[in-house]
Amino acid sequence: MSMTSPTVVTVDGAAVAIAGRPVLRGISMEVRQGEFVALMGANGSGKSTLVRAMTGLRPLTAGSVHLFGEDLDGFHQWQRIGFVPQRATAASGVPASVWEVVASGRLTRRRWLRPLLGPDRAAIRAALEVVGLADRARDGVTALSGGQQQRVLIARALAGEPELLFLDEPTAGVDLPNQEALARALGVLKDRGATIVLVAHDLGPLAPLVDRALVMRDGRLAYDGAPLADDAVHHPLFLESHSHHHHEAPRHDHAPHVAAPLDGGVGGTASGLGTGNGSGRPDGRA
Amino acid sequence: MDILGYDFMIRAMLAAVFTGLAAPTVGTYLVQRRLALMGDGLGHVAVTGVALGLLTGSSPTWTAIVVAVLGAVLVEVIRVQGHTNGDVALALLFYGGIAGGVLITGIAGQSAARLQEFLFGSITSISVSDVWATMALATLVVVICVGLMPQLFAVAQDQEFARVAGLNVQAYNVLVAVLAAVTVTVAMRTVGLLLVSALMVVPVATAQQVTRSFRTTLALAMGLGVAASLGGLVVSAFASYQWRVAPGPTIVLLALAGFAVTWPIGAVLRRRARLRTPFVAEPPLGHEVTDEHPHVHGDDCGHPAVEHGDHVDYIHDGHRHAAHGGHYDEH
Ligand SMILES: Nc1ncnc2c1ncn2[C@@H]1O[C@H](COP(=O)(O)OP(=O)(O)O)[C@@H](O)[C@H]1O
Ligand SMILES: [Mg+2]
Repeated sequence: MSMTSPTVVTVDGAAVAIAGRPVLRGISMEVRQGEFVALMGANGSGKSTLVRAMTGLRPLTAGSVHLFGEDLDGFHQWQRIGFVPQRATAASGVPASVWEVVASGRLTRRRWLRPLLGPDRAAIRAALEVVGLADRARDGVTALSGGQQQRVLIARALAGEPELLFLDEPTAGVDLPNQEALARALGVLKDRGATIVLVAHDLGPLAPLVDRALVMRDGRLAYDGAPLADDAVHHPLFLESHSHHHHEAPRHDHAPHVAAPLDGGVGGTASGLGTGNGSGRPDGRA
Repeated sequence: MDILGYDFMIRAMLAAVFTGLAAPTVGTYLVQRRLALMGDGLGHVAVTGVALGLLTGSSPTWTAIVVAVLGAVLVEVIRVQGHTNGDVALALLFYGGIAGGVLITGIAGQSAARLQEFLFGSITSISVSDVWATMALATLVVVICVGLMPQLFAVAQDQEFARVAGLNVQAYNVLVAVLAAVTVTVAMRTVGLLLVSALMVVPVATAQQVTRSFRTTLALAMGLGVAASLGGLVVSAFASYQWRVAPGPTIVLLALAGFAVTWPIGAVLRRRARLRTPFVAEPPLGHEVTDEHPHVHGDDCGHPAVEHGDHVDYIHDGHRHAAHGGHYDEH
C-alpha cells in the first residue's frame, strides 16, 4: 500500500444528516488498495454512520463517495465489497445454521434461481476455515457464543470474496481468545491483499495489523495518520462530548475533560484538525 | 369413511392441503423478520375487501386480494417512512380494516352470518372456481417462497447486509408483504380471516422447537401446516356426525396442539444446548484441586462435558471439573 497503489475508497466533503440533524460534516479521506485502516473514536462520534455512508446505507447530504473509482450512486460492483455490520448477534426469528448465514454472503455472486455451485461451496468452506468455525457449519447460530457469532458474520462477508472489507466493531464485547482468532483471520486477508476498513474502539490484538488510524470526533474526522499507541484511547480525541469514557471517574460531565498526557503531536493538532477536510496525513505523527 | 367421498369434501381437502402448504411458507419469512402478527393485520384489512365484494356483487376473494395487497404495500411504506411509530400506524390500519368491513357489509344489506363465513372460514362450502383459485395462488406463493429462498432469507436475516450485497431490499420486502396478503385471502376460506395468522405462524413456531437450520424449519413448517389443515378438516368432518364442529377452529386448535406437544421437546433441547455452550476460553484463576474425587468423568458419566478452551469441563454439582494429571481441577 504505497502511495502509488490505486485508491479504493474516496470520500470527498461528505456530510450525512439523520432526521434533519447533521451528523457527519466535511469528511474527506482516502483508502488505498491493500491498506488496513482503523476508524476510531468515542461512542456516538459517527464511526458507524461513516461506514454506512461508505456502503450506501446512509444517503449523503453533501459531497461524494467513490468506491473503486465508481460513484456510489449507481454503484453496482457489490461483489467487490464485504460488510460486517455492527451486531450483537447473528440470530433472527427463525433458526438458521452457521452454513446458511455464511452462504448468504455468496449472494453477491449468484444469479436468481441458481443453486450453490462448486465454487460457491468452496468459498463458503474457505470463509469458515479462515474464522476457525469449519467444524460448526451445521450448528445453529444461536448455539454459538457472542464472539463466535461475530466470526460467523465475518465469514459471511468473506464468502463473497471481497476486495474491500468494512467491519463495524467486530471486537465489541468479544473475549480475548476470540479477538485473537479474529486478528488471525484479518491477518490472512491482509496478506492476500484485501483492503480493510475496521471500526474499533479498542484495537487490542488487532493493533499490529493497522497501517493507518482515522479518529472521528463529534461527526468530524479529527485525525488521519500513523496508528496510535494503545494508551491513545485515553486521549481527548476519544472522549465523548456529552457523556464520557467508561474508564473515567464518574460525574464530571460539565467539567472540562482532563487530557491524558500523550505525545505532543497528536494532542497539539487534535482540535485544529476538527474540520477534517482530509488535508492528507497530518502532523499527527509526532 | 363415505363422508370423505363427497364432492364438497374433496374440494375442501384440496383447498386445505394447498393452504396448509402455502401459509407457513410465507409465515416463516414473517417470523424470521419478527413480524409474526403481520398476517393477522392483513387479515383484518382483507375484511374490508370482502365487504367491498359483497357490496359490489363481485367475488369477495378477488376484492379481498386487491385490498389486502394494497394494505400490504401500505404497511411496507409505513414501515420504511415512519420508523418510530410504525406499529401504532399499523394498528390504526388494521382496526380501520375490520371496522370498515363490518360497516360496508351492513350498508350492502348483507347479514353478519355472511361475513362470518369469511371471518371464521367455510371450507366445506367452497366452490369449484374457488378451489382452482386457491390451488393456483397457493402454488404461486410456494414457488416464489422456495425459489427465492436465498434472497428472501438474506433480506429477512439482515437487511443492511443484504443491501450492501446489492439486493433490492425494499422490493423483496414488498414482495413478502404481497405474498402474505395473497396467502391471507387464500386461507380465508379455510380457517377464516381472524384465524389465518395462526396457520402462518403456529407451524413455524412448532417446527423451530426442534430444528437448527432455516431450510429444515421451512420444510417442517410446511409439513405441519398440511397435517394441521388436512387433519383438522377430517377430524371436524367426522366429529360433525355428533356435534356442530367448524373446520377452521379445529384446524387452528390442532396446530396449537402440535405446538403444545413439541414445546417440551424444544425446551429440553434448548436446555441441553445451553448447557453445552462453551465456557469463555479464559484460563482459570489458579491451580485449585478438587476435594476427594472418587468419581471418574468420561464420555457418558452423566455429567455434561462443556468445551473450555483446549479441554472440557465436566459440570458436577455446580462445579466445573477439568481433568489435570491424576486429579481434577476446579475451573
Ligand atoms: N438511526 C439513528 N437515528 C438517529 N440518530 C442516529 C441514528 N444513528 C446514529 N445516530 C446519531 O448519529 C451519531 C453518530 O452515531 P454512530 O455513527 O452510530 O456513532 P458510533 O458508531 O461512532 O458510535 C450519534 O450522535 C447518534 O445519536
Ligand atoms: Mg457504531
